[in-house]
Order: sequence, then C-alpha cells, then structure tokens
Amino acid sequence: MATEISKIRNFSIIAHIDHGKSTLADRLIQRCGGLTDREMTEQVLDNMDIEKERGITIKSQTVRLDYKGYVLNLMDTPGHVDFAYEVSRSLAACEGALLVVDAAQGVEAQTLANVYQSIEHDHEIVPVINKIDLPSAEPEKVKAEIEEIIGLPAEDAVLCSAKTGIGIDEILDAVVARIPPPKGDASAPLKAMLVDSWYDPYLGVVILIRVIDGVVRKGQQVKFMNAGTMHLIDRVGCFRPKIEQLTELGPGEIGFITAQIKEVAQTAVGDTITDAKRPAAQALPGFKQVQSVVFCGLFPVDANDFEKLRESISRLRLNDASFTFEMETSAALGFGFRCGFLGLLHLEIIQERLTREYDLDLITTAPSVVYKIKLNHGGGELELHNPADMPDPSRIDIIEEPWIEATIYVPDEYLGSILKLCQDRRGIQKNLTYVGGRAQVVYELPLNEVVFDFYDRLKSISRGYASFDYHQIGHREGDLVKMGILVNGEPVDALSMIVHRGVAEGRGRHMCERLKDLIPRHLFKIPIQAAIGGKVIARETIAAMRKDVTAKCYGGDASRKRKLLDKQKEGKKRMREYGSVSIPQEAFIAALRMGDES
Amino acid sequence: MKPPLALYVHWPFCVSKCPYCDFNSHVRDTVDQQAWRAALLADLAHEAARLPDHRLTSIFFGGGTPSLMPPATVAALIDAATSHWPIADDIEITLEANPSSVEAARFADLAKAGVNRVSLGLQSFHDDALVFLGRAHDTAEGLSALATAQKHFDRVNFDLIYALPGQTSAEWTADLNYALGLGTTHLSLYQLTIEPGTRFATLVEKGEIHPADPDHMAELFEITQTITAAGGLPAYETSNHAVPGAESRHNLSYWRYGDYAGVGPGAHGRRTGMATVRHKKPENWMAAIARNGHGLQVEEILSDRERATETLVMGMRLTEGLDLRRVETVTSEAAIDRLVTLGLLARSNDRIALTLAGRPLLDAILREIAI
Repeated sequence: MATEISKIRNFSIIAHIDHGKSTLADRLIQRCGGLTDREMTEQVLDNMDIEKERGITIKSQTVRLDYKGYVLNLMDTPGHVDFAYEVSRSLAACEGALLVVDAAQGVEAQTLANVYQSIEHDHEIVPVINKIDLPSAEPEKVKAEIEEIIGLPAEDAVLCSAKTGIGIDEILDAVVARIPPPKGDASAPLKAMLVDSWYDPYLGVVILIRVIDGVVRKGQQVKFMNAGTMHLIDRVGCFRPKIEQLTELGPGEIGFITAQIKEVAQTAVGDTITDAKRPAAQALPGFKQVQSVVFCGLFPVDANDFEKLRESISRLRLNDASFTFEMETSAALGFGFRCGFLGLLHLEIIQERLTREYDLDLITTAPSVVYKIKLNHGGGELELHNPADMPDPSRIDIIEEPWIEATIYVPDEYLGSILKLCQDRRGIQKNLTYVGGRAQVVYELPLNEVVFDFYDRLKSISRGYASFDYHQIGHREGDLVKMGILVNGEPVDALSMIVHRGVAEGRGRHMCERLKDLIPRHLFKIPIQAAIGGKVIARETIAAMRKDVTAKCYGGDASRKRKLLDKQKEGKKRMREYGSVSIPQEAFIAALRMGDES
Repeated sequence: MKPPLALYVHWPFCVSKCPYCDFNSHVRDTVDQQAWRAALLADLAHEAARLPDHRLTSIFFGGGTPSLMPPATVAALIDAATSHWPIADDIEITLEANPSSVEAARFADLAKAGVNRVSLGLQSFHDDALVFLGRAHDTAEGLSALATAQKHFDRVNFDLIYALPGQTSAEWTADLNYALGLGTTHLSLYQLTIEPGTRFATLVEKGEIHPADPDHMAELFEITQTITAAGGLPAYETSNHAVPGAESRHNLSYWRYGDYAGVGPGAHGRRTGMATVRHKKPENWMAAIARNGHGLQVEEILSDRERATETLVMGMRLTEGLDLRRVETVTSEAAIDRLVTLGLLARSNDRIALTLAGRPLLDAILREIAI
C-alpha cells in the first residue's frame, strides 16, 4: 500500500560544510530507528571515500524515516556547482528544507546560494541552529543573521545539538508541522521523476524516483518519456537506509525501482517515468540532456596499463553517465582517452576514483572547454576540445568560446580580491548588490578562464567564504590562440592549451616558472619555453644538476646499491621523456594550477 | 694462481652511537669476549670451508669499533685466516680505529698481531665539529692517536667528514691543506650524508639542523679534487684519495667486484656469484652460530644481470672506471654516448670512466645508463 499523501514530508538539508549536516542526518536516522547504534557509522549517507574526505556529496541519497505515524523522506543532495542540474532535480523532489546553521559560526556565504535555490523551488524552509552545546554558541545572534542576511523569519528556529542529541525531536516535529505534504493524484496516469541512478552489482541499475501522480508497482511496464525506452519494473522499494522492498509507491513518495537495466547511461536524470499502457500526456518540465563542459586526456603512466584503463573507465561509466570518453593517441603519451566532464571537480573525482579504486597511475592533460571554429573559404564549422586538433591559424576565420554567467556571494572584506580575480579572468561585471555584510556579484566569464583553478582560487582568496554558481550563456567570438610549451626544444603536447591572446604571455610565463620548480634538475641545463606558433613568449632555464653521489659505499653491501638503482629505474617509468628530459607525471596536473598569480 | 679473496670481519660494538651513522653498530654494557672470539672463529671457519681454492689478499676489521676488540681476538682471527687460506706476500690487514688515547695504547699489540694498516676516524680538526658529530675524542687526542698510529703501522689512513652545516669553502680548504701536511698516504673524505633512521635525520626533520645546499656541496667536492690532486693524493674512488700504490687493496676488491668473504654480524660476502648476508643483530647472529655453527641469514645466487649491475654500481665509483664488456647487458649504449657528449663520461676502447665533471654526479649518471 502506498503511503497516504497527507502523511508524507519530503525535505533536504542545506548546510555549509562543517556545520553538521551529516551528523544531523545520522541522528535523525538513529532517532527514527533506521539503524541500530552498532550499525551507525560516521556519515551514513556519504558512501564513497571521496565524499567523506572532501565533505561533499556526489550522488543523491535518500532515507525514509518513520516518525509519529508520518513518513519523512530525507534527501541528501549533491553539493557542488558541477552538479547543479542534479541538485535542481533533487530539490524538485522535495517540498521543504532544513537550513542548518552553526550556532558559533553563523551564516556562511556558501549556504546562501543553496538557500536561494531552495527558495526558487518554493520550499518551506525550517531554520535549525546546530551546535548549541558549544561554549561559543550565540543562537540569538545567529537568528538575527538569518533574518537579516537571508531574509527568513527565524523566531521559530529550532535549537539543537546533533552531537549530543538535543532538539532532535523538535526538528522532526517541525518537519511534520511546517513542511507541507506533497500534492498529487493517485488516480491520474503515472508520472514519476527520475532523480538519480547508480549501478549496484547485485540489483543492476537502481533508480531513485519521486512519484508525482499515479502509482508505480512491481511488474508494471513503464516508459521513460525522454529516452523513449520501455522497461519492466522488477523491484519497488525505499531506503531506511537499508533497502526495503515495497509493493508500490504512490503520489508524493520517494523510493527506488529496478528494471533489469544494465547501464546508468540509459537512465537520464530528470526523465519522466510513466505507465506504458496509460501514459501521461506530458513529461515533467525541466529535463536537460547532460552535456560535457570540460574535456581532458587521460593516459596511463605505464603504457601497458592501457587495457586496464579502458576497462576501468568503462566500469566507472556504468555508474556515472555524465562523463564521456573516446580513444585518443598522443605522440608522446601513447594511447589514452579523451574524456568529457560536467566540470573540473567532476574531472578530479573521476581521476581520483581511477587512481584509487582501480589502482591506475594517470597523466592528465590540460583541461579544455569546447570551442567552435569557423573555417575560412567556406571550410565549414567544427567543434574543438583538444588543442592538438587545432587547425592551422591561416585556415581559421573565427573562434568562439563558451561563456558563463557566474553568481558569487562573498563577505565584503574579500570583495576587492574577488573582483580582481574576475577581472584578471576577462570577466565582465553585470551586477553588484550588498546584502547585509555580504555582496552578491554577477559576472560574465569565459569558461576557459574558469576551468583550471578558478574555484580553488576563489576559495583560497576568500578563506572559503565565497560561494560560486554558474550557468552557460552561449558561445562568443574571442581572440584565441594555441600556446605550446617546449621542454628542451621539444613540444609537450599534454601541456599545450588554447588561451586568449591578451593573457597568453602571463599564462606562459607562469607555466614556465611552475615547470621550472616541478621538473627535477637534469645532468644538463633545460630551457623551458612557452610559444605561440614559432614565437617564444616566455622562457625559463633549469640549471644543470651539480651533485648527486653517495659519499660512502663499502662494507661490501653491493646489493643495497643495486636494489636502490632498480627502484629508481621503476620510478623512471612514472616519468615521460621529452627531448631526453624526464618529466614526473605529477608535474603535468600541477603545472596547470595557476597558483598565486600576481 | 688461485683467485684472490678479501676477508671482512665485523665487530658490531661501539661505546656510543654517532648521530650520522647508519652502519650496523650497537651499544652494549658488557660483551662476553670469550664467546665472541669463539663465534667469530666458527663463522670464519664456515666461510673458509666454502671458499677452499682462494688466495687471501686482504683482511679488514670493520665495525662498529673494532679497535675495541681485544688484540688477542684480532690475533686469533688473523692466525686462523692465514691457516685456512694461502696468503699473498703483500697481504694487507686493516683495522678501523677510534683515535682515543685508550685505543691508541693498544696499537703496539695490534701491530704485533699482524695488523699492518690502520684507518683512523679523525673526522675533523675542530672540537666544536667533533662534538656536533657526537665523537668522544677532541682534536688534540685525535692528532696524538694519529702520531702513535704512524709510529706502529706503515700505512695509516684517516677519515674526515665535510660539508657540515655552515662549513665554508675557505674552512674546508684550510682543513684539507692541514690534513695533507700530516704525512699520510691515504685519505677518506666523506661528505656528510643524512641517512634515514639516524639522529641527524630526526634533527633535519625537526628543522634543528640544515644540511648543506647541494650546489655548495658540489663546490666543496670540486675543491677536494683539486687540492688532493695537487697534494699528490688524487681521488681513486668517489671519496677516497691516495698516493698511487697506497690505495686500500681491500676496498678495491669490493669496487672491482672480486670475491670477498664476510663474517660477523651483518657482514656481506660474494662467493663467485653467490651473495651472503649474516644476521645483523648481534644477539641473533650469536644464536645462529650456536644453532648452525655459522651466522648466515641469506645465501642467494645472483643472476648474471644482478652481478653485472653490481659490477656497474661498484666499479663506476673508481677513477679507473671499468671494462664495458662486463656491464654491456645492463647499460644503454645510447645513454653512454649521450653522457660522453655531455663530457660526464670518458670512453676509450672498452673502458668507461667518469670524468672529473661526472664524478659528483655518479648516482644520476647510473640512473641514466642502467637498463
């Protein structure tokens, strides 16, 4: 039996990192009996190691809680701008949110962007002030901040300590009393939103759904409206957080289905699931096709690992349809894959998972966005995301690059540095408003200025207080050139990049300086150059090594020396040779981080 | 004529552990001298039985601090060795010694036991540096021990450690000139190396001492080559300098990768393609002797490639270089050519050797040419 709609509450938790979202979620699960004390591990909802370490959620998770005759569905949403679309779908599945604010830290900028997203979805927001057990807690001051900065009434904010358990019942009572039940028509044709999906080795692809209208049942033939595919549902259920099978899910309910689907790629987030025999007239609004925004090459450090890389990438793709890959060959790096990602963080996550879960050593080439190139003499138009494929400049009429509109929230004291950063990255200021002690800045920025390290820089300049959100606003013509890097006279294809002519020299100089530090000294001096076409625009030189010898060697322990040499030979496999210069693989990605630009 | 053999005897005990030392040395309150003498003799007999067809060309007592051995034990070991094997007329018998007055008092007995070469750990001519290096002697005591040694032994070497934190080129130049004035025919000059696991390594990690800059070390190395060559003791190995003919024959056996027997805790040996290693910890070695009659922990047959690689890593330390034919399976011809072009290697007929410019870069060069 489906749950009666008036007894359902669907909500998410909005919180700044470290303000206790995961601890609170764990507490709520524990209070509602979802897990025994023994089963509670830290941060139940963040499954992956990477999620735990970075304190971010990558995949949506959900848990069904029973509380005083009500069914509460807690939705844990991804927390990064790269996954903005997935976040929007998760939020669309809820009617309300808990806004968790640290009683000692107060409202943080990052929280703002998430709150506004939630408000855009017409959510009822319940402020929760956490960590009131801290000696430095100032709940009254935080309440005032919530009212002043966010503009939400906070007199009824719930005071709690997720750590000690104070206020947990009050939070659950507030969810029941203040968040409205979902609306829906059980008799209407089935309409369910595909919120997220992942691959499970035992169940196949598990699909997280929110039923809008109608009822979904085991054994039902359903149609994915955007994909146009049909599937037979073989399981219906929910997470508590352990899997529980149900016979059906009714309007307003959140749960999962499985349908013997083998690949996550067949299940697009935001798709509408309907009954095959009695389909809904219209799909749900807001569906977007996932599009790769950032591309880079991934190559195995050891050429023998290519097959292993192919297998690992294919397996990861089973669980993450949002990245794409195709084979690529490079003169210096050998066989690898050109991969497309939702953003730079997404790139890093995939790279890290390949390294960690599949034990691969990888070289990552400079990330690139997608350029549109119009060729002259009626040569047509092409899309380019690999600097290696750049046509000869004489054949190019114009190059267009993608632009974004970025919204940044930042405390006043850091505003100056943030504006300078945006200005340095060729930004065009569109809007600047002050809210309380914080500023909201809207900038148009070329995406290629953002993909490298904009987010890192933003965070470090603002000591983590600035938040950043963006959407694409189309392609614009730009004076773009391919800048190559030469090491000892040899071009290093993995480091070439497409840059705006106006910033090329600065970027080139910085790149040469970084490489100077990253490439170890050799037995000869090594020139490092940045060049556009045949013209060198920056140069550094690595001095020759002067001393590297073990002073003492006797006692006859020749094997120690031999083994050391063997180990060093192994280490050399992790290097790439360019013009007889060995470049450590760490240097490739590190060189692309711009660091403290002046 | 029977092939030559070098014999190494390890005495693992020291009065205290120096902060730079990562050798197999241990501090113990008491040592059962009778038991140790018997054990070393047993270990020696075991090796002798496995190397019957050799001719003994050198014996080396290393440590630890072998000058703490009772001279009677030294004598017993020399007597045993010379009865196990036929000996070369010019056999070299070296003992490492601390330059303290107590140990200098034993030099006469050691000479009588058959020791004909002494290697003294002077390490420095500056009292503050000796304190820094954790040495028990001061400069005056060291120089006096040197004079005593020179009276009792024909051949006396001494060690100095340089590239100490803060040491200037001028200071080292003065020390070198002073050393050359002391009338020795052999000098071992080591740059201070921070070895993992030593007290110095901990201090570096804590930021309490700062090792010399590699470029400055390169300069000090260059000064060393120039001054010793001018003084008639050119480098014949990375850190060893001698009047031609006064080289350490024993150590040359290692570097030329000849056969050597190693007895005592942690000693290594090479029995024509067989690597031997003995238990490192004194108590474990002693237990092995009691159990098996020898202190062996590992006997490993080395592959041709492994032997060639060892020939390479040892031989390239020598100024004379080595015969390329012995290492052609483990070296890259192209890399050798490249390094010859860079002026770091010299090649004539079938020999390769480091040039003067290549010597301070040995480890990097090995990484280049080894395959």
